[in-house]
Amino acid sequence: MQAIQDYLAMGGYAAFVWPCFAATLIVMIGLYVASKQRLTKLQSEVAALEALDSPRQARRRSSSEETR
Amino acid sequence: MSETTSTAPQAIAPKRSFHYFANPARFVRVADAVYPWCFYAALICLGVGFYTALFVAPADYQQGETVRIMYVHVPAAWMAMFIYANMALASASLLIWRHPLAGAFAKAAAPIGAAFTFLALFTGAFWGKPMWGAWWVWDARLTSVLILFFIYLGHIALVDAFDNPDRGQKAAAVLCLVGAVNLPIIKFSVDWWNTLHQPASITKLGTPSIHSSMLWPLLIMAIGYMLFFACLAIIRTKSELLAAKQRSLSLRALHAGGGD
Repeated sequence: MQAIQDYLAMGGYAAFVWPCFAATLIVMIGLYVASKQRLTKLQSEVAALEALDSPRQARRRSSSEETR
Repeated sequence: MSETTSTAPQAIAPKRSFHYFANPARFVRVADAVYPWCFYAALICLGVGFYTALFVAPADYQQGETVRIMYVHVPAAWMAMFIYANMALASASLLIWRHPLAGAFAKAAAPIGAAFTFLALFTGAFWGKPMWGAWWVWDARLTSVLILFFIYLGHIALVDAFDNPDRGQKAAAVLCLVGAVNLPIIKFSVDWWNTLHQPASITKLGTPSIHSSMLWPLLIMAIGYMLFFACLAIIRTKSELLAAKQRSLSLRALHAGGGD
């Protein structure tokens, strides 16, 4: 127990060491989660738009084959 | 008409040249294959890095336990400069060859670079207070890194400041290239001006002036940061490409809506 307390005290520098590690973890994890969420959101939105767009593309493709 | 309204033109690149991988579709294929390797390697390196930094590495005989801040401070500062150099190269190839992938990458990387620059400044302040006795001094190294942070923020603001996203990317690319003059100033600030921040300990060729018990956790941490950046860059560049696709698809839906 004493050993853990000594470790957490960081030789009296706990107030400087721990905020650095906490800030690093918060920023890195936050950036990762935000980036991943935006990608997932865009992927589903683009998939929806493509589904909307695909009948039109199919028609255009068939009409261009007819003219050939 | 849909081809002319597309805001995401494919790169017009001759085959079998180094422009080959500037094609967005090809980039996504390669990036998807590389991503899982990057992700797990980053996880392992950062796991080992944080563990050794906090539990294995020794305390410094002068700085005591505050030396542990080095393991999050130094790699963050390296990444701040490395990401900016990457963005400058991408900005140059956007302006010269008009690769849409380069613009997407620069836009995707800027917030990551800003985050690492913030971390370098934050951890630097929390290291400076106990060791120098001040959270902040107008030292050449600190000031030039603060300017780098502001350039990142300027890039993030400028790239979205135009109605036409291509124009925003070009304006931001010019800013990025002009701001690149700051990189050598940061690098050599500790040699040119003899102020508070110490010179480099690692890059002295041959003999780094740091004991191996501190050097190898630092290097593992740096590799972990680099791989983490690669993962984020892949995710965010893919997002930028998808956002461009979303714009062109919704434009097409808008134009086709009436007459189709």
